[in-house]
Amino acid sequence: MVTKSDRLVDALIYIVLALFALSTLFPLYFVFVMSVTPYTEVLRNGGFVLWPSSFTFQAYKEIFASSRIPDALQITVFITVVGTFLNLLVTSLLAYPLSKKSTPWRNGILLAIVFTLLFNGGLIPTYLVVRELGLYNTIWALFVPGMVSTFNFLIMKTYFESLPQEVEEAARVDGCGDIATLVRIVLPLSAPIMATVGLFYGIGHWNEYFKGIMYVTERNLAPIQVVLRNMIQTPSISQELAVNSTNLAMLPPETIKMATVAVAILPIVLVYPFLQKYFIKGVMIGAVKG
Amino acid sequence: MNKTIVSEPMNTAKPMEYRKSLRRLYRSKWMMIMMIPGLLYYLLFHYVPMAGILIAFQDYNLLKGIGGSPWVGLDNFRIIFQSPDFPLIMKNTLVISVYRIVFNMLPDVMLALMLNEIRSQWFKRVVQTITYGPHFLSWIIVYGIVFSLFAPGSGLFTTFVRDMGWGELNLLTDADYFRPLLIGSDLWKNVGFGAIIYLAALAGINQELYEAAVVDGAGRWRQMWHITLPGIRSVFVLLLILRLGSILDAGFDQVYIFLNARVYDVGDIIDTWVFRQGLEQLNFSIAAATGVFKSVIGLVFILSANKLAKKVGGSGIW
Repeated sequence: MVTKSDRLVDALIYIVLALFALSTLFPLYFVFVMSVTPYTEVLRNGGFVLWPSSFTFQAYKEIFASSRIPDALQITVFITVVGTFLNLLVTSLLAYPLSKKSTPWRNGILLAIVFTLLFNGGLIPTYLVVRELGLYNTIWALFVPGMVSTFNFLIMKTYFESLPQEVEEAARVDGCGDIATLVRIVLPLSAPIMATVGLFYGIGHWNEYFKGIMYVTERNLAPIQVVLRNMIQTPSISQELAVNSTNLAMLPPETIKMATVAVAILPIVLVYPFLQKYFIKGVMIGAVKG
Repeated sequence: MNKTIVSEPMNTAKPMEYRKSLRRLYRSKWMMIMMIPGLLYYLLFHYVPMAGILIAFQDYNLLKGIGGSPWVGLDNFRIIFQSPDFPLIMKNTLVISVYRIVFNMLPDVMLALMLNEIRSQWFKRVVQTITYGPHFLSWIIVYGIVFSLFAPGSGLFTTFVRDMGWGELNLLTDADYFRPLLIGSDLWKNVGFGAIIYLAALAGINQELYEAAVVDGAGRWRQMWHITLPGIRSVFVLLLILRLGSILDAGFDQVYIFLNARVYDVGDIIDTWVFRQGLEQLNFSIAAATGVFKSVIGLVFILSANKLAKKVGGSGIW
């Protein structure tokens, strides 16, 4: 019983959704186009165009020839890899005991953790704690202050609670202690949730910006997002990149800027298929009350 | 009277209870040891800062520390409330927050409803996959994208407008366009992600309801009004409570990155002001006091929003 107006509404929905999807992709495409457009093209057209007749990867060569971007990438890769590993370690070590009803003070501890979602000391006291602990201007300041995300903690705890208890009990009967049960039984069963939470943490580290401007002031500790933001804001790129500017003169600053944006986007695009596989599940588990 | 009677037997039971809980603690010793790093984290980075709000009542000095800085009572709060900046940052915070609630929550629902009407599964999957992608990009990248489109002299949109002879635009530093840019890019980044939770709620609706409605002669719009919308109402209310509870968070991450001195009048929010006061001008106590004010209001808001939601008939968060 499909009426004519029904079909019209359907068509309209398809069109709106298609346009929306295109408008999501378009800016990403344009960033890439800007990053590969040669200066001659820009001059000829009086600006950047959607479809340049030639392209060059000169901008990418320049940013990797400088020390600024590779150094920042090194910092960001370090905090992404080491930070994510430690995040998963500390979060699972906290979530596993709290997923068991028998753990002493469980409810009190959970309440104290969830309360941090409702009330916090704010920016300045946290900043002062980071200083007092001696983390200020060290690479640790870039991820230690965010060691456990309460959201990720709740996802993990809910997942541990959903695991079949029989397997764990069998392991205990066979003489496994708490730690052995966690390492040999629970963690292998938790690969999907570890992947989900690990990706959440990892993307958070890759995108880290505020810890980079609040807790470190030394230039050689700046993560990529901080350098990128500085680059976008300064009109002259050569100063920010600190390289010989003879080659840079051949490229519009915008081209270099967009090449850096593209470099920062790339890892996200690469992990996206994995992310997609797991994260809806993760969001849904997290939405269930902790 | 009752109290004393009840407490008598409890007193005698205490030593045994105590020994029992001690034994329980010993049995769980590895579990307790495992939790130490995580608990230490929450203590150091959440609870110590909560104690650190004491500096809001001091004239805090980095060298003297909390122990040595003089106490000033509520002076800091007085300074804030009398500051000419205060009404401005309050207004900007609330306006931007309300804009976000209206222009984020409604598009989330609309996108979910549209995706729900789609029968072609592959089309639905493709649109979804594309639209929730930008959620994972940083605000810096989003700002880079905004820059690529709207930068003066080089942005795609700016040069297009110039080439058409409609004049030179500088949207990034124009007070009239700051908020639309903020909300628009937020929409671009987060709508696809926001729709997911509604789609999950929609998937949970009993399909027999629709079949029954069709038998009763309900058309598409009536089905939507009587089945679909009630099906996502509780999720909507829940998210609305959370949004209202954090209404004084106007999105520091994004605003700080988009903000420049030319648009302070429309874009400076509580958090960006606190950031500048504290970390740039080193007025730690003023900044912390503003933070305390914000946290307390936020707590009151979320508790009352939750209560209201329960009263109105839905369920609250807790």
